[in-house]
Amino acid sequence: MLLEVEDLSVNYGVIQAVKGVSFKVNEGEIVSLIGANGAGKTTILKTISGLMKPSGGKIVYEGHEIQKQKSQKIVAGGISQVPEGRRIFAGLTVLENLQMGAFLRKDRDGLKKDYQEVFERFPVLRERKNQDAATLSGGEQQMLAMGRALTAKPKLLLMDEPSMGLAPIFINEIFDIIQAIKQQGTTVLLIEQNASKALAIADRGYVLATGNILMTGTGQELLANEDVQKAYLGG
Amino acid sequence: MQQLVNGHSLGSIYALLALGYTMVYGIIKLINFAHGDIYMLGAFWGYYVINQLHFNFWLALVSAMLFCALVGVVIEYLAYRPLRNSPRIAALITAIGVSFLLENGMAYMFSSNVRSFPQAMKVHQYHLGSISISNIQILILVVSIALMILLQLIVRRTKMGKAMRGVSVDPDAAQLIGINIDRTISFTFALGSAMAGAAGVMIGLYYNSIDPLMGMTPGIKAFVAAVLDGIGLILGAAIGGFVIGLLETTMQALGFSAFKDAAVYAVLIIILLIRPAGILGKKIKEKV
Amino acid sequence: MKKNLKYNLTWLAIMVVGYVVINLLEFVGVIDQFGENTMVLIGINIILATGLNLIIGFSGQFSLGHAGFMAIGAYVCALITSSISTPMGMAIGMIAGAAVSALVALIVGIPTLRLDGDYLAIATMGVAEIIRIILNNLKITNGPAGLYNIPLLATWPVVYLMVCVTTLIIVNFIHSRDGRAVMSVRENEIASESMGVNTTKWKVLAFVIGAATAAIGGALHANYIQTIAPTDFGIMESINILIIVVLGGIGSITGTFVAAAVLGLLDMILQNFGTLRMVLYSLALILLMVFKPSGLLGTWEFSVRNLFNRFTKSKQKGDA
Repeated sequence: MLLEVEDLSVNYGVIQAVKGVSFKVNEGEIVSLIGANGAGKTTILKTISGLMKPSGGKIVYEGHEIQKQKSQKIVAGGISQVPEGRRIFAGLTVLENLQMGAFLRKDRDGLKKDYQEVFERFPVLRERKNQDAATLSGGEQQMLAMGRALTAKPKLLLMDEPSMGLAPIFINEIFDIIQAIKQQGTTVLLIEQNASKALAIADRGYVLATGNILMTGTGQELLANEDVQKAYLGG
Repeated sequence: MQQLVNGHSLGSIYALLALGYTMVYGIIKLINFAHGDIYMLGAFWGYYVINQLHFNFWLALVSAMLFCALVGVVIEYLAYRPLRNSPRIAALITAIGVSFLLENGMAYMFSSNVRSFPQAMKVHQYHLGSISISNIQILILVVSIALMILLQLIVRRTKMGKAMRGVSVDPDAAQLIGINIDRTISFTFALGSAMAGAAGVMIGLYYNSIDPLMGMTPGIKAFVAAVLDGIGLILGAAIGGFVIGLLETTMQALGFSAFKDAAVYAVLIIILLIRPAGILGKKIKEKV
Repeated sequence: MKKNLKYNLTWLAIMVVGYVVINLLEFVGVIDQFGENTMVLIGINIILATGLNLIIGFSGQFSLGHAGFMAIGAYVCALITSSISTPMGMAIGMIAGAAVSALVALIVGIPTLRLDGDYLAIATMGVAEIIRIILNNLKITNGPAGLYNIPLLATWPVVYLMVCVTTLIIVNFIHSRDGRAVMSVRENEIASESMGVNTTKWKVLAFVIGAATAAIGGALHANYIQTIAPTDFGIMESINILIIVVLGGIGSITGTFVAAAVLGLLDMILQNFGTLRMVLYSLALILLMVFKPSGLLGTWEFSVRNLFNRFTKSKQKGDA
């Protein structure tokens, strides 16, 4: 098991955003957390990455508790996040953004190879390598954000709403890429409002509502479940 | 022409100070009111090490930079860090408090008298036709430009520089790629304060007099320089410094020396009004 | 409206009683000349700080230029009373000073109040410095030497009266429909704009009223201290007033009164400590911001209305 979240609670001031959530991510899986706006999904990811501190519970990664660690240590341990809204560094070029992703890496030779890999996966980034990242389209920025996270060579990639605000053509591409990332051996924890797509590519999924886990199963089971269809798939 | 020469010396001092404002504003969006007072501390440090320890100019300069860097880091740690998630007005008031504390603290410990800065270097005047320039003016210009180039290299080429740029664009995203925000902010304060310390020693040498309140007016003027070309831009701050220096000496040359400070403030207000976009980067209303 | 009248009359009564009590204490010798001096200075500080609190606390606009408007009031009133040295001249001087100050605030405020927090602070500081530099170079203001031999017209009763008048004006402004609009600006500019509140107008109004009261404070200062010079009205003075507002709680007029009184007494006690006093004040300011950024009293207000309500409630209980 790569990541295990046990009874996690997180507060925003007096509001409890996450109320005792538990789930697991095995090595090599894509796990999707789905749920409506405000279900606490983003909070969970932020807490795993160390941007927020939990009020209770444990986060165990590779056998170590990490809920008290600082974010830079968590990143160094191999957890990268593609944040909601992409959050690329505007004013820096595309290449500089990728270099920022490798901030903690020390192996210069390996890096060159990894930039090439990212450029092969996202050819559009190579074309725009020296352009200000802010001039990219939404879909291209999403690719850059993913590329940035990948240059850190993560074992576990956290993705927060990668399809948000993108044109349908890009959405399909993004989900294809997520599968390709998994093929190469990176584990993915995906958070999505686009439940049908997220469950279709997921090995397993969890349904989250108002800070609690309601249901769990394989991606296919959840897709087939009537309640899930009614609530999240518009069925 | 002579004014141009004088303006450059003054301008490079403002530019060094403006860099500190710009970097700190860029990274934590705080107008560090105490920045001018760090420059004052730099001048006092220079005064003491030259007088008491008989340091030469270069040693005084470097030690003042180190001392001020330390002071900057301590101030950030004690006064600004606890307020990082507070309303900005609280941080601004704290910065004013720190400035006030440094000014009055120094006045209390060393009296508020003006004292004359030791001559760490013999003054030579060079004459080129009708223009005269002193070795100290040349020194100030050369040292300032060297420091600015060094700063630019640090920001562009080093890992810490990268971290600074990352944090100033998006602190959360920076954390997600493993940047240590606290350390980056400390480093920024250290760099900015070191520049102010260097400026303090050089102004002491140039004007020959220092006092605990000497940082106030240059601080404000350097802030004007920082907003001139859009706060947060390093090159902009440097150019802004020279422009303000020249504006001041030009006013003096035209016989309006009594109004030279007023001119700087007027420029500030006009700039804030006519191109806030250039200054604020983008005009975004906070949070809908 | 009638209710407001009732509260205002109550306040008026409290003020009259307060005046009588203080005069009695003076008569029997509890308060000596020295005590009266302190009270005058506290009163002037209350006037200055309530005006600044209106600007910062109620409209949420950070101004660092209060001393500039204070200077205008001081100089205008000093010049007028120097030629008409009667209480009438004092009244004319204060009104004229407030009017000039309000006019300057209007001219400056309309463009600058569009700026955001930090920038507004810097812009208003720049305005105050420009005012000071102009005073420093005019013939009529006697340049850097300033004015002296200003007649002593700001006696204790005058100051007391002006504290009451300015406070009543500001408190009523805050509780008026306009005042609520200004507060909505503070709470959320975007929301109140979309509700049709012209935010700039209310911000400017609060700024102008604040500037006018600063001028009255300045006028009293001039006619009490009897000498003024441009250096009296630098950024330090603006910050001194700011400290009172922040200490009492941004947005609390009661807090301003308490803070002005506490600091006034401290000033008296610590007057031999000179600079150390300022060191302590600045330390207090920093510590307060770090540990209790809302100020000593937050936004709490002593309110006659609440007292009335509590009284009627307990009476009903008693009846039942």
